[in-house]
Amino acid sequence: MRGTVDVQAVLAGDRRALARALTEVENDSPAGREALDALFPHSGKAHLVGVTGSPGAGKSSLVNQMTRLLRNPEAGEAKKVAIVAVDPSSPFTGGAILGDRIRMRDITDDPGVFIRSMASRGHLGGIARTTSALVRVLDAAGFDLILIETVGAGQSEVDIARLAHTTIVVEAPGMGDDIQAIKAGILEIADILVVNKADHPLADNTLRALSASLEFARPGQVAAIDRFHHKELAFSQVQLDQTTNEFENEHWTPPVLKTVSTEGVGIEKVVEAIEKHAAFLRTHNQWNIRDAARLQEELNELLMAAFAAEWRKQVEQSRIEAVLGEMLERKLSPQSAALKLLSA
Amino acid sequence: MERKIRVLIAKPGLDGHDRGAKLIARALRDAGMEVIYTGLRQTPQMITTAALQEDVDVVGLSILSGAHMTLVPRVVESLKEAGLGDVAVFVGGIIPEEDWPALQEMGVRAVYGPGTTTTQVIDDVRRLVSGQAEA
Ligand code: B12
Ligand SMILES: Nc1nc2c(ncn2[C@@H]2O[C@H](COP(=O)(O)OP(=O)(O)OP(=O)(O)O)[C@@H](O)[C@H]2O)c(=O)[nH]1
Ligand SMILES: [Mg+2]
Repeated sequence: MRGTVDVQAVLAGDRRALARALTEVENDSPAGREALDALFPHSGKAHLVGVTGSPGAGKSSLVNQMTRLLRNPEAGEAKKVAIVAVDPSSPFTGGAILGDRIRMRDITDDPGVFIRSMASRGHLGGIARTTSALVRVLDAAGFDLILIETVGAGQSEVDIARLAHTTIVVEAPGMGDDIQAIKAGILEIADILVVNKADHPLADNTLRALSASLEFARPGQVAAIDRFHHKELAFSQVQLDQTTNEFENEHWTPPVLKTVSTEGVGIEKVVEAIEKHAAFLRTHNQWNIRDAARLQEELNELLMAAFAAEWRKQVEQSRIEAVLGEMLERKLSPQSAALKLLSA
Repeated sequence: MERKIRVLIAKPGLDGHDRGAKLIARALRDAGMEVIYTGLRQTPQMITTAALQEDVDVVGLSILSGAHMTLVPRVVESLKEAGLGDVAVFVGGIIPEEDWPALQEMGVRAVYGPGTTTTQVIDDVRRLVSGQAEA
């Protein structure tokens, strides 16, 4: 039934119940919120891997190939893989065409794989507002690895780095030159850089440009906690005993890898890098730091929303209108207007 | 957040005519819906898996190859087996009118031929989903 979530069934691996839960959580309905509360203690185990990069760079094709390999490893156990694929909503109609599944046909029939498409629903930053909540549900449902494909992203859609443990940036040849590559943003968040479409004649140029600009940006030195910089929290953060001295000079150097995702070439190296990065995060205490930073940021956002809602309950509409009027007549600056509204 | 209508548009079988499917997908998007488009050559199993994982309100099949009388029952059966018997199935494409009753008998909600207007499809999806919400 719509409007309800069977949490026990989700935890027991029932796929229909999981799909329904994801809908309620995506719609931020009362049942969805309740389910998130109940599922939260069961989350925190999965390895969250973001896949971002320009539109058409080959993100979905790469996700398809990586999943194939994760499901059929040469050694060890196959991982259960969930995929959340975000595509943009139209800013005009709110509708969306979610087409990432087109490239994932090799893995749709695998019962150890669960694919969910979602629309960005007006949120900027490359993922939707509820993407992290959907990921949490999938995590609680027992998937070992969750691949999160962002909308085709440019230089500022870097929310994914806050959500994921490991961020893969996929670039394709012939998309801008090395100036694009050194601009702040998407390259800085890469834990793994993939030059896809290596069958393209310009692939090696792109590879060189990216490798060079990586040295420039040295993203390996950006500590996990710094991914949350420029954010003022409503409370002071709990600092885990992070990057202790013994690790101070050890940084993850993002590998730059070539793939042909349509043919499955070079994929083992990418999957290997994902596993190496997870091991690095764990041995360097970064895994916990990233998790803690993410949860604290989430708390912060919820607090801010709650403060705003609380304030809204207390303030009279007529007062807001009066102040708005003064501001529109340019008698009061927006800054002063805000302060005036806050003072009782 | 309001509930968005989610629709799966799929092309079962080997039929490569995808203009109609894309046209309908775009029209539903422009009507504010979220359309999961899975592309060509989908097996009944793939369509069922996508419908289940994406939790769609409607499954729309587009068939111009003439194979609808074999493909549609397989998809409908597969959906039922997965417990998705309550998901509405729409079929469009080149479907001779004499086949319409048999398809509806199988559980297909509505059939659409060439010249179908997009507003008609949009209205039908909206009416169907709001009917479900009240039920
Ligand atoms: C364009 C076309 C092609 C193009 C297709 C390009 C493409 N990418 O789509 C090309 C040239 C490639 C082609 C090839 C072939 N074609 Co052709 N093709 C047509 C043609 C002329 C128009 C189809 C079309 O695009 N219409 C425009 C779209 C918008 O209309 P539509 O698909 O009908 O969709 C509307 C409705 O049906 C409905 N609808 C459709 N799907 C859905 C889904 C949902 C959920 C809903 C709600 C509504 C809905 O809404 C749409 C809007 O009104 C038709 C003849 C015709 N008049 O229909 C033949 C036709 C479909 N083709 C035919 C054939 C035989 C072939 C070939 C086998 C020819 C050959 N021997 O090589 C190949 C097969 C290709 C393949 N791999 O499958 C036959 C099919 C015969 C049959 N069913 O018994 C037709 C009917 C021609 C004929 N009279 O013989 N074809
Ligand atoms: N030649 C070549 N084409 C590729 C390769 N990988 C993907 N493509 C093609 O590039 C196009 C886009 O691939 P997708 O995987 O959909 O790219 P994407 O980054 O997911 O696209 P969006 O989600 O729309 O941003 C498709 O036509 C693919 O077949 C590759 O390695 N080589
Ligand atoms: Mg994609």
